[in-house]
Amino acid sequence: MTQPPPGGSSGGEPPAEENESLPARLGEERLAAPVVRTGMFGVEGTPDTSGYGGLQVLTPPPLASEPPYGGYFDAVAQALGAALSAEGSGFGEAVERVVVDRGELTFHVRREHLLAVADKMLHDPALRFEIFSGVSGVHYPKETGRELHAVYHLVSITHNRRVRLEVSAPDADPHVPSVTSVYPGANWHERETWDFFGIIFDGHPALTRIEMPDDWLGHPGRKDYPLGGIPVEYRGTKVPPPDERRSYS
Amino acid sequence: MSTQTHATPGASDADADATEGRVYNVAGGDWDELVANDEDRGQNEQIVVNMGPQHPSTHGVLRLVLTLEGETVTDIRASIGYLHTGIEKNLEYRTWTQGTTFVTRADYLTPIFNETAFCLSVERLLGIEDKLPERAKLIRVLLLELNRIASHLGGIGPFGLELGATTIFLQGVRMRENVLDLFELITGLRMNHAFIRPGGVAQDLPAGGIEAIRDFLRKAPGWIHDLRTLIDANPVFRARTQGIAYLDLEGCMALSVTGPILRATGLPWDLRKSQPYLDYETYEFDVPTVDTCDTYGRYLVRMAEMEQSLRIIEQCLDRLADRANVPNDPWLIQDAKIGWPARLSLGPDGLGPSPEHIAHIMGQSMEALIHHFKLVTEGFRVPAGQAYVPIESPKGEIGCHVVSDGGTRPYRAHLRDPSFHHLQAVSLMCEGGNLADVIPAIASIDPVIGGVDR
Repeated sequence: MTQPPPGGSSGGEPPAEENESLPARLGEERLAAPVVRTGMFGVEGTPDTSGYGGLQVLTPPPLASEPPYGGYFDAVAQALGAALSAEGSGFGEAVERVVVDRGELTFHVRREHLLAVADKMLHDPALRFEIFSGVSGVHYPKETGRELHAVYHLVSITHNRRVRLEVSAPDADPHVPSVTSVYPGANWHERETWDFFGIIFDGHPALTRIEMPDDWLGHPGRKDYPLGGIPVEYRGTKVPPPDERRSYS
Repeated sequence: MSTQTHATPGASDADADATEGRVYNVAGGDWDELVANDEDRGQNEQIVVNMGPQHPSTHGVLRLVLTLEGETVTDIRASIGYLHTGIEKNLEYRTWTQGTTFVTRADYLTPIFNETAFCLSVERLLGIEDKLPERAKLIRVLLLELNRIASHLGGIGPFGLELGATTIFLQGVRMRENVLDLFELITGLRMNHAFIRPGGVAQDLPAGGIEAIRDFLRKAPGWIHDLRTLIDANPVFRARTQGIAYLDLEGCMALSVTGPILRATGLPWDLRKSQPYLDYETYEFDVPTVDTCDTYGRYLVRMAEMEQSLRIIEQCLDRLADRANVPNDPWLIQDAKIGWPARLSLGPDGLGPSPEHIAHIMGQSMEALIHHFKLVTEGFRVPAGQAYVPIESPKGEIGCHVVSDGGTRPYRAHLRDPSFHHLQAVSLMCEGGNLADVIPAIASIDPVIGGVDR
């Protein structure tokens, strides 16, 4: 799975495709995955003869789970599917991938369906996720075409459940619909995500900076935004700023 | 023209209007004439008042932009970001263990909660949730509940001060001081502890720790009783808080409000009960609720929660006493690839690796030295993925969304802070009320700007 087809119609069941692939083909795909890091000790340009300098760590393949998901996850997926079909769009159309990992359920929602999914999540009696816990932006510069992710955490008090929604948008078109019309509590969280990651939440009543000064340039949460810092001298030794220190990952 | 008689002598009317709007010069305190002549003014006039960011009653550098009609607040906007320190970005350049030193500084009144929220998420990513030592969980719960008391006192004490009651403040701070003394004894620091670590806690309880907490438990109910007799039926306090900043269940649901604000509407939603972590389901305690939906109710909930926290602490101590005879009872995960290699001990120059450990790695075992060096400088790797484990902080749901790319540093860590979320409710609580009621409304949310801005 190097790159999911953008807006492809078959995106509903990528796990099925994966299973049908021959092991050899899977290996090729694996090798074609983007490189996360090279080397071992975060040092570049040195005459490293250890052999570790050429080490390449590839992006892990995207997780995708298949039903049954276990626990209440199936009930949530079925209820969401039923609610979405009543509106005309199916579950597979709105949700490109379902991930059950470490006991947490994640729906990777296509951004054009986010508002509909959020609406169902709140209003459908079988779902009833009343509490909007927040938005967390994540920047994956190496995931070409889906660099910016917005992660939503929802809680249902009625059913005592949790679910995570995740949408992605490309850097070139960083638009995601705002869910403030459904969850007014998302207001500040979306402002924060815009402030730090530059994701534009369409339909937000006042998408302005919230943590950074109003005239700030750039979005500091992004991976291409430097941390900054100056070397500090301590007991005769100069300690470089954190982003220039040796990194092992 | 009536205004001309009041304008500053020498300045023309036009000048005064251009520079200051309108200048009033009332000498001799003849207010009646001024009011009679200027009756139409102020009726339909809106004044925009900037409250903060340096205002003693706004719990830190919080700025409120108020639009007033007379004394009525018609519009209120909270402006934040004055204490933004980039904690989340900084985490991406430190190891997972170092992360706790950063998150602890977010909401500085609930440091243990920040650390625990971060560590529980990291532990879920590591897949070591069920390998946590029993003792580590007990110490965590113990510290969490002590911190809950300290945080509530840090909310109620200054609340009294903001309403003009110094005694409430002093009584609250006096009791909180005792909790901080316990923290100092156990973690070495009064705040910013970085004591909770992925895999357990940094250190066992010190000698005399349990006795000190027992001593606190003996005195605390009396202090809480003192506070309650001072505040609960106080007519001034009640007049300033009852029916103020009303936010009912519907409003809480609309804005996804949690914590004492939600429990003051009568809904017993507490993550310790509904989605337990750290074995909270095995402790006996109640979730206090009231149904007044106002500032007074939130105060009552906080007071009752302190009493419940004392119950939990007592149970923790009993369980620790039961484990007193367990030989080598670990407080950090017994996984050499994750657990911090050095045992800490208090030396003459502060807390550091114990002399035995230094002797071991420097004189006895080359492998132990390499292991120590790798784990301390490089840190451990965390399998790729994401996790979010929320816990019930004194202010509501706090959680840390951590994302790992499989490396030794967090790829992304995001603190979901209840103060940040709940400040959104300020406009719902204050608009249409009096200006003076803004102060108790903010205090009833109990925001800490360190957590709001991170």
